[in-house]
Amino acid sequence: MASYLETIALPHLPPSLPVHVALYRDVQNSAFLKQQLLAGNAEFEYALIDASMVLSRAHATSAVFRAVNDYIHERLKSRNVHSEIVFSLSPTNNIADSFRKFGITDSTKDLLVVKVSESPEITHDSVATHLGSSIQGTPVPFDDETLSKISDVGKIKKLYKLGALPSPGQGNAAQGDDAKRRLELSLLGAIALRGS
Amino acid sequence: MAEYKPPTLPSPFTNTTPPPTLLTQGAEAHVYKTASLDPAIPAALKIRPSKPYRHPILDRRLTRQRIIQEARCLFKLIKEGVSVPGVLALDWEGHGGAESGWGGAWLLMEWVEGAVVRVVLERWEAWMKQNEASLNPVQREREEASARALLKRMGATIGALHKAGVIHGDLTTSNLMLRGSPQDNTATTTTENGASMKGDIVLIDFGLASQSVQDEDRAVDLYVLERAIGSTHPRSEPFFDALVQGYRESHRGAPSTLKRLEDVRMRGRKRSMIG
Repeated sequence: MASYLETIALPHLPPSLPVHVALYRDVQNSAFLKQQLLAGNAEFEYALIDASMVLSRAHATSAVFRAVNDYIHERLKSRNVHSEIVFSLSPTNNIADSFRKFGITDSTKDLLVVKVSESPEITHDSVATHLGSSIQGTPVPFDDETLSKISDVGKIKKLYKLGALPSPGQGNAAQGDDAKRRLELSLLGAIALRGS
Repeated sequence: MAEYKPPTLPSPFTNTTPPPTLLTQGAEAHVYKTASLDPAIPAALKIRPSKPYRHPILDRRLTRQRIIQEARCLFKLIKEGVSVPGVLALDWEGHGGAESGWGGAWLLMEWVEGAVVRVVLERWEAWMKQNEASLNPVQREREEASARALLKRMGATIGALHKAGVIHGDLTTSNLMLRGSPQDNTATTTTENGASMKGDIVLIDFGLASQSVQDEDRAVDLYVLERAIGSTHPRSEPFFDALVQGYRESHRGAPSTLKRLEDVRMRGRKRSMIG
């Protein structure tokens, strides 16, 4: 199966900490994956995100950036940088709640996987190999077009308390673009300001 | 003479390649142009360095409060649909210990491509001065209408800002941008100038902003801008009524704010403490 695992060097982060990201649809073994997280299985130390809670690439990368920046400066609030990525998606300070809402659940069908290369042994190939053998799902590209088919805008707006904002799907194309931009910037702001 | 030393960047921007370019340096903050989290999209980075002459604990608290206040105002305005740069990332905690660490804070914002209104108006005023003699009344009318339209849009944007419950605190023509307007001064040689005044108005620099819905605060915001236009753009000053008109039509509370503006004009920005 073709791999879409993307390795991203996020601007401003040290080149020694590349981030590997993969998006899957129709995932069949979410319950198993979640179990590995709960058991603390180090092999499965990933940020496993319910992709329906992700609006866009910028939304996901801003949570990754916040978590890795907090990791570099030794102020993680949760167990490791990967759980921190899931927590960073949340606009509130409740860690357990953020896992329930943004993390993988037993019924997750669309899954966003993020792995930070904390050590040199973790490479694009090692992550690709492990994901290829562990995740039963269809790899799809991590881009805005794919995410737009996956994201549950209503749920995202509710969790971020942005119900008053216009929805991207309404009005003409220009209005829709403007609504999406406004919603995305509101999500980024909420992520940046969490805990302030 | 000591060689000029640019301020050192805090982590994580020590990693940034190419390094952020310094745009302006004020008493409170430095502003850089750099990449957003997408290397293809630029962003503005505002850094508030720590001030060594303040007690470190007080210093961290003030720096933190101010950067958070600025980011909260921008966040609120984005949600309300007012045109301001969005918050992309923020760090108010500094790093390292209180004594030896970095006690500053930074704010990464959306980049706004365009020129500040100060430059747009200067360009227009210079062009008018140069070409005035050769303009017929119709051309002159058209030029002035473009300038009025610009000020009217400024008024509408400030009205939207106040409607959202935010006071800018430092409204000048340098803190209003015209999105898409060319940054250089070459436009002064062209024959039609009004065209360069088109585009959306974007409010920037919320370093002194606060949240308030009081007529007094709103009126002082407008008064500060009126004075700024009067001193930097003498030729545009007579068009301030267009700005007032744009403001008046922007929200329901506007007429009472404008009534208060009359009082503020009589006494100045500071309220009398007598009585």
